[in-house]
Amino acid sequence: MNFEHLIPILASTVAAATPLIYASLGELIVERAGVLNLGVEGMMLAGAITGFAVANQTGSLTLGFAAGMGAGMLLSLLFGFLTLTLQANQVATGLALTLFGVGLSAFVGRPFVGQVVDGLKGFAIPVLSDIPVAGPLLFRFDPLVYASLALFVAMQWFLNRARGGLLIRAVGESPSSAHAIGYPVIAIRYLAVVFGGAMSGLAGAYLSLSITPMWVEGMTAGRGWIALALVVFATWKPWRVVLGAYLFGGVTILQLYAQGFGVRVPSEFLSMLPYIATIVVLVLICRDPRTILLNQPASLGRRFHPDA
Amino acid sequence: MLKLEPRQEPSRLMSYASPLIAVGLTLLTGYLLFSLLGKDPAQAFYVFFVKPLETRYGVGELFLKATPLMLCATGLALGFRANVWNIGAEGQLVVGAIVGGGLALLFQDVQASWLLPLMLAGGVAGGMAWAAIPAFLRVRFHTNEILVSLMLVYVAKLLLSYLVHGPWRDPEGYNFPQSRMFQEAALLPVLMEGVRTTWAFVIALLLAGLSWLFAEKTFAGFRLKVSGLAPGAASYAGFSEKRNVWLALLIGGGAAGLAGVAEVAGPIGQLQPAVSPGYGFAAIIVAFVGRLNPLGVVLASLLMSLLYLGGETAQIHLTLPSAVTGVFQGVLLFYLLAADLFIHFRPRWSAARPAVVAKATALAGGDAV
Repeated sequence: MNFEHLIPILASTVAAATPLIYASLGELIVERAGVLNLGVEGMMLAGAITGFAVANQTGSLTLGFAAGMGAGMLLSLLFGFLTLTLQANQVATGLALTLFGVGLSAFVGRPFVGQVVDGLKGFAIPVLSDIPVAGPLLFRFDPLVYASLALFVAMQWFLNRARGGLLIRAVGESPSSAHAIGYPVIAIRYLAVVFGGAMSGLAGAYLSLSITPMWVEGMTAGRGWIALALVVFATWKPWRVVLGAYLFGGVTILQLYAQGFGVRVPSEFLSMLPYIATIVVLVLICRDPRTILLNQPASLGRRFHPDA
Repeated sequence: MLKLEPRQEPSRLMSYASPLIAVGLTLLTGYLLFSLLGKDPAQAFYVFFVKPLETRYGVGELFLKATPLMLCATGLALGFRANVWNIGAEGQLVVGAIVGGGLALLFQDVQASWLLPLMLAGGVAGGMAWAAIPAFLRVRFHTNEILVSLMLVYVAKLLLSYLVHGPWRDPEGYNFPQSRMFQEAALLPVLMEGVRTTWAFVIALLLAGLSWLFAEKTFAGFRLKVSGLAPGAASYAGFSEKRNVWLALLIGGGAAGLAGVAEVAGPIGQLQPAVSPGYGFAAIIVAFVGRLNPLGVVLASLLMSLLYLGGETAQIHLTLPSAVTGVFQGVLLFYLLAADLFIHFRPRWSAARPAVVAKATALAGGDAV
């Protein structure tokens, strides 16, 4: 394989990783606040269909992406209301959110099967994109790819340096202490949950408006769950989320290219790779229970009831 | 203002009333949804919930679709009680179908009566083996069984897709991705003339009964329950968490595998790329709506089966996409989870809070999932 082949592979790896980065970074904030939202897959699907439908009807990609985020936020609010206000079990509610998202998106999306939109295209940054090798590799992506990296930088700073980020971590580690000092634990968790919803919605819209600009029922194909696994893989650290997302993007793309290059393995087995890789990665990270104990937000998945 | 006050004891009344409230609210939502879609709600309700059951065949279909739901949910409920979250029943179902169906294809010339029991046993073993993967990885490597069992759903579906597109494809099937039709001896007999319901429904009912005995009358069932309700007490009593994880996943996987083989040896009669419209996932809802209780699961699976049937009838008679079933399933679970609040809390209008309650709340605050 020579270099000419490598550049498109690397470039599509970046594209495949981008929705994972959004969804995982969103869920990372949610989990850092001590909330486990297993509904990422459902929120991504809602974002995918809403984004696609709005872009298809209005012709505006910006509106589409905004609507996708909005759909994710709405579903996450529902999750927040059930788990934070009504104290429902987070695991069960997250599963419900995914099942609901799958059903709702299939229902709403029926008229949009087979429709098209003009998807988000890469944008060649003048001058820089003409640099050989580095140009096509670094400077010809769509704006949301760069935005995902900006989000990562912002989040790295936010969680370690900003007051708000430290507050979220405090709430996730010990909600009762944060409450005792006088911080509004539930409100902070709501904000985190809604942010996670917006990012999942955006990730879904990126799938239906950029990677494959169309709507297919269940088109996330487990990416929401992979995003959840990435957060564990990342031991709740943003930089490792990005690393993991690129790794998974690579696995996804490699299996596509392997099929293209005529590797003599049935395509189904190649398609299994991302799922099996997820399991392998989970095993590697969780093998030593201390890794999880030291890094997992201490109150993750637990209810907190500030007052009756 | 309206305050929530923790109850001293969980309300038994509410724990039974809450599924009914949830069903009622789901119907109300359905009413609104149908009105919004410009359908006459009364007619829509009739088409959804009554029309499917007007014929004997229709009632048979109700039991037919309830069978895999009941099997999967019975197994899942045992695990959920112990806080073992097997959400990969769909994958275990598919592997059960692969192993059971594979045996039918392997012995395609056999007309003997031992074939069917062998297939059923194979299906159970297949489902168990698939569920053993998350069990082993959790016990040995502390991985989360939710993520692992779910990832394996995709792997199982791809495996089935490979088999019916490749080595197991019917050579005389005009290149359709499906296996040969199974011979008579590899098919579950139907309960009576004129319906498609097979004896698997009776097996599912028996298993629900057995699982009630297991959960309520055996020490192993008691250990499962305690580990779910009070993990601390369970470990203090020396109940092995590992044994519970294994038990919960193997039972859940075995039951789902049986559901899978019962589908291919029943209404489907061959292997094809899709052997389930998501029964394994819907069973999660069934388990919750059924209060993780075998009798409740039986009733809930009939209700969920009616939702599937109603969705199909609505597609034909109301030109509604059958995906509306998925929406109702999700909505039902949401309402249930919300209504469950009142099992542990009571709403109360109050201006000031008695100090005792404040203290009780502080103690109860931050309890485990």
